[in-house]
Amino acid sequence: MQINKVYVAPGLPKSIVELKKRYGNYVGGKFVAPVKGQYMEDISPTTGKPFCEVAKSTPEDVELALDAAHAAKEKWGELPLSERAKVLNKIADAIEANEEMLAVAESWENGKPVRETLNVDVPLAADHFRYFAGAARMLEGTISEIDKDTVAYHMHEPLGVVGQIVPFNFPILLATWKIAPALAAGNCTVVKPASSTPWSILKLMEVIGDIVPAGVLNVVTGPGAEIGKALATNPRIAKIAFTGETVTGRLIMQYASQNLIPATLELGGKSPNIFFDDVMAKDDDFMRKAVEGFVLYAFNKGEVCTCPSRALIQESIYDQFMAKALDSIKKIKQGNPLDTNTMIGPQVSTQQIQKIISYVDIGKQEGAKLLIGGEKAKMEGDLKGGYFFKPTVFQGNNKMRIFQEEIFGPVIAVTTFKDEPDAIRIANDTLYGLGAGVWTRDGTRAYRMGRAIKAGRVWINCYHAYPAGAAFGGYKISGVGRETYRTVLEHYSQTKNMLVSYSEKPLGFF
Amino acid sequence: MAATKPASETVSVAATPEALAAISQLLKQHKGVAFFQSGGCCDNSAPMCFEDGEMIIGKVDRLIGMVGGCPYYMDFRQYEVYKNNRIILDVEDGDADGFSLPAGTEGRHFVTRAKVCTPNLCNV
Repeated sequence: MQINKVYVAPGLPKSIVELKKRYGNYVGGKFVAPVKGQYMEDISPTTGKPFCEVAKSTPEDVELALDAAHAAKEKWGELPLSERAKVLNKIADAIEANEEMLAVAESWENGKPVRETLNVDVPLAADHFRYFAGAARMLEGTISEIDKDTVAYHMHEPLGVVGQIVPFNFPILLATWKIAPALAAGNCTVVKPASSTPWSILKLMEVIGDIVPAGVLNVVTGPGAEIGKALATNPRIAKIAFTGETVTGRLIMQYASQNLIPATLELGGKSPNIFFDDVMAKDDDFMRKAVEGFVLYAFNKGEVCTCPSRALIQESIYDQFMAKALDSIKKIKQGNPLDTNTMIGPQVSTQQIQKIISYVDIGKQEGAKLLIGGEKAKMEGDLKGGYFFKPTVFQGNNKMRIFQEEIFGPVIAVTTFKDEPDAIRIANDTLYGLGAGVWTRDGTRAYRMGRAIKAGRVWINCYHAYPAGAAFGGYKISGVGRETYRTVLEHYSQTKNMLVSYSEKPLGFF
Repeated sequence: MAATKPASETVSVAATPEALAAISQLLKQHKGVAFFQSGGCCDNSAPMCFEDGEMIIGKVDRLIGMVGGCPYYMDFRQYEVYKNNRIILDVEDGDADGFSLPAGTEGRHFVTRAKVCTPNLCNV
């Protein structure tokens, strides 16, 4: 990990990130001005000030992107897999070659610390393209012998043109989670980034745009109510993929039902992170790893769908464990996200920080005990207008709203449990089922817990790892479908069956 | 399927004068609007505001009250969590979340605050 480096903000002299005054949509292999010529400001969460403009698109721009995608789909869909894989691998190479630049852009866009974008977001994005380049080539059809002379062939065919809506918390990485499998399976895509983080993906297009044939990959920026809806309701998409909030997810599915197309949804979570007493059995690396696992709620300032925002600690170790955790939280360095020493940056927008403040108020009213934080962090100089919130810990019980709703900020709600059945009961007492963490030195207990928790991803003795090749997705109201795993290619493919008779004899019916 | 009215009054909703003004502004642009309490992920407590009919009201939706003559719905599972809450609809600067309409004018959005209380002490 690089230390003691402060990157210059994009657009300033000597910054490694070139910044234009305004950006159009990326459609048909080039940047184009929005049809109606309207633009919106992109605000840096670090300063609270606008730093560039992006297209404030209208439904006409979505149609143009769909025109480009439909014009490209036949050729792209019929390209040999080896050629498609080559494109994906070249994308990965280009991301790697521009890793530092993209990491700084992503940090400035979203407010996430550059140490995260350098070590997590951007390298994972590159690897994701490589994983799906490989996975697509492993995708095989089947041949079944129905009887001696009748054979069923099954082949994968692309869906055609898909719509993909990306959230603000990992603008580049979560776009990659969607783009890589869609392209690998032979589809063209129209991507709509979150309206609060539209720019960094356009920087990604500057890096990878020329590698992909024109029209295969398109990005349209603009407000969700207009552009997101124009894309999700469009009869010219064959599938919609969405990551975001539950009510919007429901609406997306409703739109998909009208078009009779599949929808995959990755929605919210309220992930439990469970610490059994044996983590404190020794004062060793594993114990320190577990404490760090608790503090990971502050990763990406808590703006993660799988944020371990509920900590369940066995009551016998509660005091001991929390003393260490709070000690570690006190040492969190908050500040300019472009400083490699910074551990937590600003929340993504003024809207998000307002919601966090409102939840802290609710927590207090509910009678939860505030152990640390609970207020905006006062910053100086250029950072004065930024959306900084102090890492916060509440102690309470699982029935409270702060234990049941996703706060999407650096706020953790802590409670205790007696024994294993109690831990399972509390862990599953939630509407969500996206992620969970289990920390124990007992392997069989870890396995039992992993199976008992109703969530799509259970981390055992680790947390917040997102490698390509491990399936990610939700149980319960946390979503439909999976990402980051080869089976995603099925979500982006049709199954073609050819049922062939090799018999020359008539059926004999007529 | 029409939503059912809550059996008890343990979740209620009220609106600030500013929110009411935003609603009447919206009613000049749309035939009607309806609110849906968001549940999770990036938009968490946001009140989603859609044109009437945009979202199909289902068996899962509970009508928790009316604001400015417009219905405010919540998922029945969430309702359990919100018991003893009085939701206050208000308006803040910033664009609306998700597919939600802005609070009357662009650049303004609806937010919720909550008063956690017992049913008898909820006269906000």
